[in-house]
Amino acid sequence: MFDGVLQALLQGGLLGGYYAIIAAGLSLMVGVVRFINLAHGDMAVLGAMVTITLTEVGGVPVLWSIMIMLPAMALMGWVMHATLFQRAMRGGFLLPILVTIGLGAALQNGMFGLWGSNTRSLGASIGELSWASWILPGGIILGKLPVLIFVTAVVVIGALHLMLKKTKLGRAIRATASDPEAAEMCGVSSRQAHRAAAAIAVTLAALAGVFLAMRGQVTPYSGPAQLIFAFEAVVIGGIGSLGGTLIGGMVLGVSQSLGGLISPQGSLLAGHLVFVSVLIWRLSRDWARDHGGWRASLAISAIKLRRRLTGGAPAPDRAPSSKGAA
Amino acid sequence: MMTRLIVENLTCRHGLLTAVRDVSFALRAGEVLCVIGANGAGKTTLMNAIAGTHRPVGGRIALDGVDVTAQPAFARVRSGIAMSPEGRRLFADMTVRENLLIAAENGRAGDWTLARVLQAFPQLRPLTDMPAGRLSGGQRQAAAIGRALLTNPVVLLLDEVSLGLSPAAVEGVYQSLAMIKEARTTTMVVVEQDLTRALGFADQVLCMAEGQTELQGMPGHLSREQITDAYFGIHDKELSDV
Ligand SMILES: Nc1ncnc2c1ncn2[C@@H]1O[C@H](COP(=O)(O)OP(=O)(O)OP(=O)(O)O)[C@@H](O)[C@H]1O
Ligand SMILES: [Mg+2]
Repeated sequence: MFDGVLQALLQGGLLGGYYAIIAAGLSLMVGVVRFINLAHGDMAVLGAMVTITLTEVGGVPVLWSIMIMLPAMALMGWVMHATLFQRAMRGGFLLPILVTIGLGAALQNGMFGLWGSNTRSLGASIGELSWASWILPGGIILGKLPVLIFVTAVVVIGALHLMLKKTKLGRAIRATASDPEAAEMCGVSSRQAHRAAAAIAVTLAALAGVFLAMRGQVTPYSGPAQLIFAFEAVVIGGIGSLGGTLIGGMVLGVSQSLGGLISPQGSLLAGHLVFVSVLIWRLSRDWARDHGGWRASLAISAIKLRRRLTGGAPAPDRAPSSKGAA
Repeated sequence: MMTRLIVENLTCRHGLLTAVRDVSFALRAGEVLCVIGANGAGKTTLMNAIAGTHRPVGGRIALDGVDVTAQPAFARVRSGIAMSPEGRRLFADMTVRENLLIAAENGRAGDWTLARVLQAFPQLRPLTDMPAGRLSGGQRQAAAIGRALLTNPVVLLLDEVSLGLSPAAVEGVYQSLAMIKEARTTTMVVVEQDLTRALGFADQVLCMAEGQTELQGMPGHLSREQITDAYFGIHDKELSDV
């Protein structure tokens, strides 16, 4: 039993690496560009499909396929932002949602047209990596591929963090995220910064897609589920925080694998439940902060509840603020 | 000497409201224009239009004979127009050094370096690694002016130089600005609420009321009454014979 839990914790934590990579791209778009790309998961699948095709049809070694595919996807992200997202953003809050839902549907159907609906995988192309593992003391099994994915996630997120902190482009992207107009006053083209962020986001999605296809199978319609996982990791980790996406991804992965111990169907459900709990906790924490801390806000709720139950006696609407510091 | 900045019949709107109406002026290299006027007169809108963050509906802006009216703000910075905006607009979660670096990296090349800005605004020296959001009002103003200078502008726009600053801080900022003025290379447009300051510092003054130019000229040639009348938008009979 204990071994099972340990095994699940370890596997879930490593799975978090995959979630972190796909979530980092989404988080970057939300935090910097203030744009929600609902086709993010479909772009991950597209990255996987292109890599599989290059490898299986073109006979290109897997690593080379990935090296060719990633810059191509970056370019696609850049062009997509310049031609589509940027215009959509000018049309209010609804248009970006509609445009990216439409884009997602177009990508799914396009991939279906090109590659059919069969499940595909990179597992066969990476040889023993797909099943090789280390046996730790106590009989714990540690898959080499999950470890590779997790290490990649840490390296990629660390590199992205350094890029944002230490480079000219990174500073320009952060300045644009904080105040696009003030960034322009410093000579930064906010459009270029947004396009660069979109290119990075799509590249991250595509990389995650490759890992998805290495770990298991993908179909042209796998994208939306991945989008949801990415969203959950972003929300759990805190929007706009890169380190947070790594933690969010691991929390999601661990919840899923622990849920899987309870019942086979429990895996996804546990992930969603943790996501919803974190969301509710965040919202009520913010509400409490706006009402003078937990104690004061609970006092307000208690007073309101009592008033409703007793049907009347007017009570002070605000708890004494001196008690409310939390 | 060649005219550096020309603003011609500039008109700006916020929706239906015309915030700037038919404003014109011309400045040579190194000249200082102070813009004065009551709250809501249109000073900030005028500055934003010159900086490129507000699209005018009419008129033109030319820098060294080149029409820049259609250029977006970031391109104008690269052409040589930089602004320290109303409200300072620093990047609050970035350090003072990063705020300054961004301007240095994306602006023009020139004499202004990080070291020189820290020399001109010594109060920033101990603060370079502090997030800009934690600065006091005076420190913020120094950082915002320093940031604009680091783009190496030929035209420097300063909105609300002394707003919210202690007399000592105002004095400090003006000492630094006086050094820049001495060099006579950087043209400045300064919005200043303090009339005495404005008249003391400027080569030209422009007084706005309700978006229009009420009075324009060299401080030495204008009387105090003329200026206060214009400031409060008091029209009198001589207005027609300008
Ligand atoms: N973003 C905006 N949207 C709508 N109206 C605006 C906006 N900004 C300014 N205005 C209006 O335009 C007019 C000019 O405003 P502006 O900010 O240029 O004045 P100002 O001279 O800078 O005033 P202050 O001295 O208070 O800074 C005002 O009537 C103001 O209400
Ligand atoms: Mg103003």
